[in-house]
Amino acid sequence: MSAQKIIPPEERDLKNRISLRTTVVNSLTMAYRSLLLIRRTPQQLFDVTIQPILFTGMFAFLFGGAISGSVQGYLPIIIPGILATTALTASIATGVQLREDMDKGVFNRFKSMPIARIAPLMGPLLADLVRYAIATGLTFGIGYLLGFRWANSLAVLTAAILVIYAAWCVGWIFAFLGTVAPTTQVVSGISNAILFPLAFLSGAFVPTKTLPSWLQDFVNINPLTYIVSAVRQLLNQGTIGNDFWLSIVGSAAVVVIFVPLTLRFYMRKA
Amino acid sequence: MLQGLETQDSNYDKKNTAFAAETRDLVKVYGQNRAVDNVNLSIPNGGIYALLGPNGAGKTTIINMLATLIKPDGGSAKIFGHDVRTETHVVRQLISVTGQSAAVDEKLSGYENLTIFGLLLGLSRSAANRRAKELLEQFELADSANKTLEKYSGGMRRKLDLAASLIVQAPLIFLDEPTTGLDPRTRIQMWNIIKRLVKTGSTILLTTQYLEEADQLADRVAVIDHGHVVAEDTPHKLKAAIGKATLRLELASEKDLNETMRITEKMLGTKPSNPEPALVTAPMANPDSVTDLLIALREGSIRLAAVSVLEPTLDEVFLALTGTPKLEGVGQ
Ligand SMILES: Nc1ncnc2c1ncn2[C@@H]1O[C@H](COP(=O)(O)OP(=O)(O)O)[C@@H](O)[C@H]1O
Ligand SMILES: [Mg+2]
Repeated sequence: MSAQKIIPPEERDLKNRISLRTTVVNSLTMAYRSLLLIRRTPQQLFDVTIQPILFTGMFAFLFGGAISGSVQGYLPIIIPGILATTALTASIATGVQLREDMDKGVFNRFKSMPIARIAPLMGPLLADLVRYAIATGLTFGIGYLLGFRWANSLAVLTAAILVIYAAWCVGWIFAFLGTVAPTTQVVSGISNAILFPLAFLSGAFVPTKTLPSWLQDFVNINPLTYIVSAVRQLLNQGTIGNDFWLSIVGSAAVVVIFVPLTLRFYMRKA
Repeated sequence: MLQGLETQDSNYDKKNTAFAAETRDLVKVYGQNRAVDNVNLSIPNGGIYALLGPNGAGKTTIINMLATLIKPDGGSAKIFGHDVRTETHVVRQLISVTGQSAAVDEKLSGYENLTIFGLLLGLSRSAANRRAKELLEQFELADSANKTLEKYSGGMRRKLDLAASLIVQAPLIFLDEPTTGLDPRTRIQMWNIIKRLVKTGSTILLTTQYLEEADQLADRVAVIDHGHVVAEDTPHKLKAAIGKATLRLELASEKDLNETMRITEKMLGTKPSNPEPALVTAPMANPDSVTDLLIALREGSIRLAAVSVLEPTLDEVFLALTGTPKLEGVGQ
């Protein structure tokens, strides 16, 4: 500490508002913090590494013969399915991790600092983009190794962006849960109750046509089905269809609803 | 004259910056418990102000409201004239808080922690790195800079927590029980840091359960009990207000003891005692009568080796104010 005096409060230029630029910079710093934390606890990456590898291999060899006659024939169905469910699982983890983060002592410091109040919330959500990218890359990689060939590279890039985008949007639902739920256990309980029906009662692992009609009705209202179909169409035909646009719009709707809700409850606590 | 000065001040700046913090009828209620009950404080700009009180008195709750961490249920609080409720962001630019429990990332290293806080406070990457290194050295943590905090001892963690609050030195610094649980050496270090912060223009508001600490460090003390301010003054005047200073006479010769006891009782009107053969002590209600006593002793040809006045301890102050001896002893 130098002997120099600090600037007295009355000579400071103080504003009661935070500029957009500061908000962005603060959020990026918080994202950097989240990435450092992920590097320190690599277990946080299990769901986006082990799961795609294990699921792709397991499902391909277990059900490949039964559903499509061969592993090769099943890959075009299963790869988009694994991709979408892995991204969904990863976005569910957002809620639990956010809740754990908010319970840490360091959040008290964030609250008393002159920073954008949404920055501590934006940080983990921005860092999630990296998790989704890892999940997507790994699933494509393992698919390729097993012999899956997609229509063209632009299609695979578009599919990857669609999945990462949708996962990030859906992540806000779980960020909201993480903000309102009293404990981590409650968050993970509710999240799992949502995850399993969504993941398995969808077109993710089997062609919808093979299902009984009452189940088809549920599958057809399951948003995951649309994302899976959009990815399948992209990867296998290299085209963009209705499902693609429905996924884009549906995901955007989630953001429009859940971002303000999350912010409101988060600010109340912050 | 004084009034004239005040008018001049208020023309100079609309915000009243004479007070670093001011509360009016501040209230915080938890269920049935009025944790903070109509607290009025005026904390002058500059110097060290201590909130002294036993566990559960409401010290942390007061700090948390002033630091915008919790919202008051009633009354108002201002930091350098800025309302904690409506001008939250301005207030946060003027304060830093070191809470009772460490507010740092356990999973990150000391260096990473300080760098991130620096970046959040608007420092550039290189400035944040430089400041982190500087502080780690200053707080004797340089050897553990790259260890995660899980490997830090309790004392190291508290030092890092304080360092994190000093990345950018704030005009008002809250320290909630900054020395509780520290070893004596680290406590003295902490005191020195606090004194240096005041020298460079910051106001310190600290809480403590230690009488010695408030007495040694603070310019003013508010004694808090059950959410109330039970007394507020300089440590010296608080003790004087109780009026139980003790006069201590050391005699040059033991043979004068009986004569000294007799004269002291006559002149002061209180009963003296002699804890040692050449020592006489007596409660001293009126300092003026001491002059008369000393003259009487000279006339009686009694020679003194030393004369001193012992002020009462804040422990006695607290007992006298609340009727409950709840404070921890000195230096425990
Ligand atoms: N979050 C809380 N919920 C309920 N009661 C609380 C809470 N925080 C503090 N209290 C109560 O308020 C009173 C004052 O607490 P505190 O301010 O922590 O005291 P101190 O810091 O002087 O030890 C205590 O009776 C405590 O139990
Ligand atoms: Mg406390």
